[in-house]
Amino acid sequence: MRLISISLYDMIEMLPAASAAMPDWLRFFTFQSPNVVYVLLGCMALGAGSGLIGCFSFLRKRSLIGDALAHAALPGVCMVFLLTGTKNPWVILAGASIACWVGALSIDAIVRYTRCKEDSALGMVLSVYFGLGILLLTYIQQRGDAAQSGLDNFLFGQAAAMVPRDVRVISLVSLLLIVAVVLAYKELKLMTFDPEYARAIGMPVRLLEVFLATLLVLAVAIGLQAVGVVLMAALLVTPAATARFWTHRLSIMLLLAALFGAMSGFIGAYVSYLGPKMPTGPWMVIAVTFVFLVSLLLAPQRGLLARWLRISRYRRKTLHENVLRTLYLLGEPDKDWQQLYSIDAMMKRRTFIPNTLAGVLSRLKKGGFVQEPVGGQFRLTESGILRAARLTRLHRLWEIYLTKKLELPSDHVHADAEEVEHIITPAMEVELAATLDYPEEDPHRKVVPAPVATAESSEDSQS
Amino acid sequence: MNTFVDTIPPIEVHDLTVAYHHLPVLWDIDVTFPQGKLIAIVGPNGAGKSTLLKAVMGLIPLASGYVRFYGKSSTKGAYNVAYVPQRGSVDWDFPTTAYDVVLMGRYGQLSLFGRPRRRDREIALDALNKVGMESYANRQISQLSGGQQQRVFLARALAQQTSVYLMDEPFAGVDAATERAIVTLLQDLRERGATVVAVHHDLQTVPEYFDDVLLLNLRAVAYGPVSEVFTSENLQKTYGGRLPMLTEVAEKLRRKEWSRRDETD
Amino acid sequence: MNLLTMLQNGFNAVFRADALGLWIMLTGSLVGVACALVGVFLILRRMSMLGDAISHSVLPGIVVAFLFTGTRNIIPMLIGAGALGILTVFLTDVLNRQGKLQNDAAIGVTFTWLFALGVIMVSYYAGHVDLDLDCVLYGEILYSPFDTWTFFGLRMGPRSVWIMGSISIANLLFIVLGWKQLKLCTFDVGLAASMGFYVATWHYLLMGFVSMTTVAAFESVGAILVIAMLIVPANTAYLLTDRLWLMTLLAVVFGILSAILGYGLAAALNGSIAGAMAVISGILFVLAALFGPKHGILCKKLRIRSWRNNSRTQANLASIE
Repeated sequence: MRLISISLYDMIEMLPAASAAMPDWLRFFTFQSPNVVYVLLGCMALGAGSGLIGCFSFLRKRSLIGDALAHAALPGVCMVFLLTGTKNPWVILAGASIACWVGALSIDAIVRYTRCKEDSALGMVLSVYFGLGILLLTYIQQRGDAAQSGLDNFLFGQAAAMVPRDVRVISLVSLLLIVAVVLAYKELKLMTFDPEYARAIGMPVRLLEVFLATLLVLAVAIGLQAVGVVLMAALLVTPAATARFWTHRLSIMLLLAALFGAMSGFIGAYVSYLGPKMPTGPWMVIAVTFVFLVSLLLAPQRGLLARWLRISRYRRKTLHENVLRTLYLLGEPDKDWQQLYSIDAMMKRRTFIPNTLAGVLSRLKKGGFVQEPVGGQFRLTESGILRAARLTRLHRLWEIYLTKKLELPSDHVHADAEEVEHIITPAMEVELAATLDYPEEDPHRKVVPAPVATAESSEDSQS
Repeated sequence: MNTFVDTIPPIEVHDLTVAYHHLPVLWDIDVTFPQGKLIAIVGPNGAGKSTLLKAVMGLIPLASGYVRFYGKSSTKGAYNVAYVPQRGSVDWDFPTTAYDVVLMGRYGQLSLFGRPRRRDREIALDALNKVGMESYANRQISQLSGGQQQRVFLARALAQQTSVYLMDEPFAGVDAATERAIVTLLQDLRERGATVVAVHHDLQTVPEYFDDVLLLNLRAVAYGPVSEVFTSENLQKTYGGRLPMLTEVAEKLRRKEWSRRDETD
Repeated sequence: MNLLTMLQNGFNAVFRADALGLWIMLTGSLVGVACALVGVFLILRRMSMLGDAISHSVLPGIVVAFLFTGTRNIIPMLIGAGALGILTVFLTDVLNRQGKLQNDAAIGVTFTWLFALGVIMVSYYAGHVDLDLDCVLYGEILYSPFDTWTFFGLRMGPRSVWIMGSISIANLLFIVLGWKQLKLCTFDVGLAASMGFYVATWHYLLMGFVSMTTVAAFESVGAILVIAMLIVPANTAYLLTDRLWLMTLLAVVFGILSAILGYGLAAALNGSIAGAMAVISGILFVLAALFGPKHGILCKKLRIRSWRNNSRTQANLASIE
C-alpha cells in the first residue's frame, strides 16, 4: 500500500529533479521556470490581442494596413532610443505607437489629398518609413552604442529576449485591448458592417475609427517584440482569415481568431525556449498559417473538403434520380412498370456510362427503389415508382412554368427542367402547381403525374 | 423549309444561359439580330441587359448556349465587334488623353509588337471629329465631363471600323445636345449598313431612335420591330410581372453548386 | 559627429566621389531604372501590395538556389526567385478564387508564410548560405563593387552593375515591345479582352519581370527597399504628368535621383544606403505632392484662390459699371 500512496504533494516535490533530467523539448511543459511561463503568457496574450484586432481590419477589407503600420513602427523605436538611450518597454511602446500613428495619418493623407490609390499609399508608407527605420538603425549600430544591441530583434522578433518587465507591459496592454473590444463590441460591429447606417443613426463613426486605429496601433506595438516588424502582418491577417472559415458570426470569429493567435504565441515561445538564437517571428507565422491551411481544407461548410463533398453528394443524388426516371419513362407509354428492362434498354433511352450505371442500380437496389428479379433485368419497386413519378411531375411542372411564364419555346425547356427537377422541395412543388393552376398536361402533351403522398417527400426535403 | 436566308446575320444568340456565382441571371436567350438596324435592349434594373452584352462579347462565361458573328464563333479576327462599355468600368485617373483613348481602338488591328501607323492616327482623329471632340484631343480624360467621356468612348468604337457595335447605355447621363449628336451618329452608321445593339434606359425615346427592340427581363420577353413589339402588353410583361418561383429556384441552384449542363452522367 | 561634418560628408560623397562611390551610385541608379520601368505599370494596375508580396516571398527561392548550386551565381537565383514570384501570384489567385478569400487577405497570408519560410531557412543554413538576415532586408550595396566578375580572365567590373544593367535592358525591351498591350490591359481590361489580347498572359509576364527585378536588386538593396524603388518614383511621376510615356521617363529620373542623393545621405549619417535611398524617394514624393504644377496640393490651393480673386474682381468690375 505504501508503495503506491505517493501523494500529489510528493509529485510536485519530485518535479525539479525529474525535469533536470528531461530533454529540453519536454522540460518546457513542466513550466518549472517562471521566466518561461512569463514569456509564454506574454506571447499568447499578444497573439490573442492581434488576432482579435486583426478581425476588424480583415472585415473592412484592409488586411494589409497592419503590414504597413508595423513597418512604419521601426523608425519610432529607433528614434525613441536615440532620444532616451534606454530600452524601457513603456518608452519603446510609446515610440512605436507614435510612429504607427504617423504612418496611419500619412496613408490617410496620401489617399485623400493626392490622386494616388490606397494600395500605393500602403506600399509607400511601408517602404519609406521602414527605410528610414533601417537608416536610423544602422546609424545607431555604427555609433557603437553598447545599449543598442537587441534593437534589431525588432526586425524578426525575439521572444527569448523578453524580460519580465516587457512581459508585464505586453500582458497589460493585451488585456486592455481585449477589454476595449468587449466593451465597444456592438459599436465596432455596426461600424465595420455598415458605416453609413451607423453614421445615420448618430454613432460617432469618426471617433470610433480613431479608437479602432488606436487599438490596432497598440496591438502592433506590443507584437513587435515577439514577431518583429517584418512579419507582424501575419499575426493580424491570418488568424482572422482562418476564423472566417469556421463561422459567420462575429463574436465566434473574434474568439477563434484570438485563440489561433494565442496558439501561434505558444509556438513562438516554445521555439524561443528551444533555440534562443532562432528568431521567433517566422515560427509563429508558420504555425498560424498551418492552422489556416487546415481550416481551409477541413472547415465544415466553407472548407474545401466540405464543399467538394457537397458537390459530389449532389451529383450522386442527381445521377440516381436520373436512373429512376429513365426506368419510369420506359414504362410510361403503357403505364406498365412490371416490365423488366436491361442496361442496354436504359442506355438507349438516356446516355450513361455502363459501369457507373451498374453501380447506381446496385445502390438503388439496396435502397429498395429497384429490384432485379432476373440477372441484368431491372424494374422499379413501389417506392421507386412513387419517387420517379414525383420527379417526373416536377420536371413537367417546371417545363410548363418555363413555357407559360417565361414564354420560352417548348423545345428549349427540357435541359433546364432536367437540372431543376432535382432541387424543387415539396413546399416549392405546391406553390408551383398553384401558380400554374394545377395543370394536367405539359407542353409535350405528356401527363403530369398526380402529387404523391408525403412518405418519401420528407426525405427529399432534407436535400 | 426556310423561305429566306440570303445574308448571314451579324449576331446570332442561341439558347444563351448565363450564371453568376452559379445563380442564373439569363435564361435561354434566343435571338437573331439582323444587319443594318438600330436595336434597343430594354428592361428593368437587374434584368441582365449589361450581362447579355458582356456574354455576347465573350467577357463572361456561358453556362450554356452559343453566339455566332456572321456565322463564326469568335469576336476576334475577321469580324471585329466594337464594344462600348458603361462609363464606370475604366480607370479615370490613368495618364491618358482623349486622343490616346480613341487610338486604343486601333490596337485590335495591330500585330503583336506593332506600333500605330499614320493611317491609324488619321482614323483616330477622324473618329474624334465625328463625335465633335477634336478640340479636346489632348485633355486628360478625367478632366472631361460625363457627356464628353461618353463621346470619347463612342469615338473609340468608331475607330475600330467594324460593322457591329454593342453599346451599354450610350445615352446615360449625357445632356440633350450630346444625345442628339449620338443619335445622328448612330443613324449615320446604320446608313452604312452597320448593326448597332444598345442597352437603352429611356422608354420614351425607343420608338424614335431605334428600329427593333428586345424586351428583356431575365429571359427574352419579346423581340422584333418596334412598331410590332413595343406594346403596353409586352411592356407590362417585362416590367410588371415578378417571377418569385424563378428567383427561388435560382437561389436553390446556387446553393447546390450547380454543375455545368453539358456534363454527362 | 556634428551636423556640419555630416553635411560635408554627404556632399563629398556625391560630388567628389571616389571610384567606389561612383560604382555604388551607378548600381543604385540601375536599380532605380529597372524598378521604375516595371513599377509604373504595377502601380497603375493597383498591384503595389502584390509587388510588395513578391519582393518578400522570393526569399525561399533564393535560398534554395544557393543550396543547390553552392554559389552566388545569378542565373539559378533568377530562376528560383522567378519561379517563386509566379508561385506567389498563383497561390494568391487560388486562395482568392477557390478558397473564396478576399484579395487583400490572400496576399497577406501567402507572402508572409513564404517569407517566414525563407527566414527560417536562412537561419538554419547560416553556415552554408552566404546570406544573413540583415542583408535580406536591406542588402549590401556597399560591398557590391568588390564583387567583380571575371569573364575569361578579364576583370569586367562589379557583378552587380552587369546584372542590374542587363535587367534594366530586359525591362526596357519588355515595356517597349509590349507597350500597347500593357497600356490597354491596365486601362481597360474589357476592351483588351474583346480585342483578343491575352490579358492573363500579360499579367503573369509583368509579374515575372517584377520578380526578376526584385531578385536582381535583392543583393544590392534587399527586400523591403526594392518595394520603395518599385513604387515611390512611379507614384511621384504619376503626380506630375498625364502622359504615360512621360510618367515612365520621370519615374526613371526620380529613381536615379533617389539613388544618388540616397548615397549622399547614407554617407552623411554613415548608415544604410538602401534605407537612405528609400527615404530620399519618399521626400521627392512629398515635394511632388505639395508643389507639383498640375496636381500638387499647394498649387491647387493657389489656383482656387486666384480663381476666387479673379471672379471677385470681375464681379466688382461688373457692379461698378
